[in-house]
Amino acid sequence: MSGELAIDVTGLTKRFGEKTVVDDFAMQVPKGAIYGFLGPNGSGKTTTIRMMCGLLKPDGGGGTALGYDIVRESRTIKSRVGYMTQKFSLYGDLTVRENLTFMARLHALDNPGQHVAAALEEYELAPRANQLADTLSGGWKQRLALAAASMHSPGLLLLDEPTAGVDPKARRDFWDRIRGLARKGVTVLVSTHYMDEAVQCDFIAFIAYGRKLIDAPSGEIPERVGLITWRIEGRNLQPVYDALYHAPGVDQIARFGSALHVSGRDADALERAIAPYREREGLTVEPAKTGLEEAFIWLMTGSEDNFQ
Amino acid sequence: MTGFSRILAMIGKEFIQMLRDRLTFGMMVGIPVMQLLLFGYAINTDPRHLPTLVEMGDSGPASRAILQAMETSNYFDLAGITTSRAQTEAAMQQGDILFVVTIPPDFERDLLRGARPQILLDTDASDPVAAGAGTGAFPTLVQRALEPMLGEMTPPVETVIQRRYNPAGRTALNIVPGLLGVILTMTMAMMTSMALTREAERGTLETLLATPTRPYEVMIGKITPYILVGFIQVVIMLAGARYLFGVPFLGSPLAFLVSVSLFILVNLSLGFLFSTIARTQMQAMQMTFFVFLPSILLSGFMFPFAGMPAWAQMLGQALPTTHFIHAVRAIMLKGARLGDVAPDIWPLAAIFAAIATVAMLRYRRTLD
Repeated sequence: MSGELAIDVTGLTKRFGEKTVVDDFAMQVPKGAIYGFLGPNGSGKTTTIRMMCGLLKPDGGGGTALGYDIVRESRTIKSRVGYMTQKFSLYGDLTVRENLTFMARLHALDNPGQHVAAALEEYELAPRANQLADTLSGGWKQRLALAAASMHSPGLLLLDEPTAGVDPKARRDFWDRIRGLARKGVTVLVSTHYMDEAVQCDFIAFIAYGRKLIDAPSGEIPERVGLITWRIEGRNLQPVYDALYHAPGVDQIARFGSALHVSGRDADALERAIAPYREREGLTVEPAKTGLEEAFIWLMTGSEDNFQ
Repeated sequence: MTGFSRILAMIGKEFIQMLRDRLTFGMMVGIPVMQLLLFGYAINTDPRHLPTLVEMGDSGPASRAILQAMETSNYFDLAGITTSRAQTEAAMQQGDILFVVTIPPDFERDLLRGARPQILLDTDASDPVAAGAGTGAFPTLVQRALEPMLGEMTPPVETVIQRRYNPAGRTALNIVPGLLGVILTMTMAMMTSMALTREAERGTLETLLATPTRPYEVMIGKITPYILVGFIQVVIMLAGARYLFGVPFLGSPLAFLVSVSLFILVNLSLGFLFSTIARTQMQAMQMTFFVFLPSILLSGFMFPFAGMPAWAQMLGQALPTTHFIHAVRAIMLKGARLGDVAPDIWPLAAIFAAIATVAMLRYRRTLD
């Protein structure tokens, strides 16, 4: 067991009936890091997170969260880990204050009233303290859920798509808070589908069909995927797009406003594909940095071939 | 015509959803079938073959003719002949028999002398419907039985009828204690199953289980309030029974408390069991109905238990409501004590143990 790791699991496997949902999953999350957990819907992210916080027993493998065994010491983990479910799962027919008080008491905190007051203050929920949770907007619900999940000052936060369906401003606010928590030493594992959120993570693990495909510092991901990208700019790009879509050497093509990003792993083949457009009137072709989004779409496309 | 095709689309979609929800579909088919079978075969509003004890003070030909006539009438089933008053009292108290016919000593002699001897019919009128038909038929039946011997004399005997426990034959006396059983079945089982299913349906169960809260703590915490609700219902019903309908409370409060507590536990565990099967509150409610319906029809609440065929009685015996209603009627109307209702307490305890065990086993499974 390492004191440096907030999560250290290997070989995690979970089957539901015939279906293997998580397959031989390993992950090492350093303390204080914000770790992004990405992957297509149904790839096993939620199941993995549930195993890490002691809600599900793995069928194989194991490890530790905050140094506690995820199988044998799941109750200790539950009192030290904060878990925010994908769907809002506090009580809609209780007020904000009642929900927080309930959570504080479930965690058997001393002086729950004080903790609740502190949380209301910190998350600026005080003006809404007596509002029923159901009547909050999506963004405020997420904020309440985060307040509830961190009520007991957990050392590790597991956030399962916390910002799904929340407007951009509320998402930015939410991430400010996550970074604030990380600065205080809280480790955060967060699953998301948003690229603007993924780039804010220190590390990213990508999972598809229950298997981890890549796990690296977020800045290194595009490089690891090994895609080379050219940017083609100009007017009337639709014919170019259509022509290049199935061209040999082009692994992926995407529109970015008035430009196309054409990516491929084989530099020579890619060059042959785009060569005809270099000389074309009204088009400019220049090298571009492969973005996270392109890298992930590429990973998702590839994983379908591999695992479906 | 686009309106029509839209309606067709709605109809098609509705059928698909109906068939997908197997429990609802099962209910749509199951409830009518169940009602049909129960009302058609099990329920008998004119019950016959009711258990009868005869206290024979005289066994001459006249007495035997009366017994013969009672049997052929189909209203009475001779459960035994006794000379012990204590035995008949106990049997009636426990609800084993509905009628006691007492033929006094020297009945034959007095009859032949034309002294108009009395023949006594004690009926358990706590269920006026069950005893009604037999009671009504009895005087004529005796008369007819004696006709061949005595010819058409003016009434040769005086039939005295004693409606025990409910001399005025008021149905409220029978219905109100029974209602206690039906209402507790309905609300306790349904409320707990829905309250527990709600946590799973809304996802709040996951929040709970992600805290150090233990499953049994969730369980006890969720169920305890409903125990209190159950007792409040009981108090309301008892007060209503007493002050609105003048239903007496003659028996032992201890016996009542034991029966009610046990019965509330049975229904809570039933609700708990349903919640481990149902995925939505709607399903939980539907499951409750499958128990609720026979609990009304086969428990002796609405229709006389003794009037049902043997198979329906056996089915009824498996329902906790049957035992509870039986016990509570005996306690309230007949002054039964704990010992008297023991034959109903044990089955309740056994049903509770069985349901609670299955529910606990299932509850553990659903966690993973």
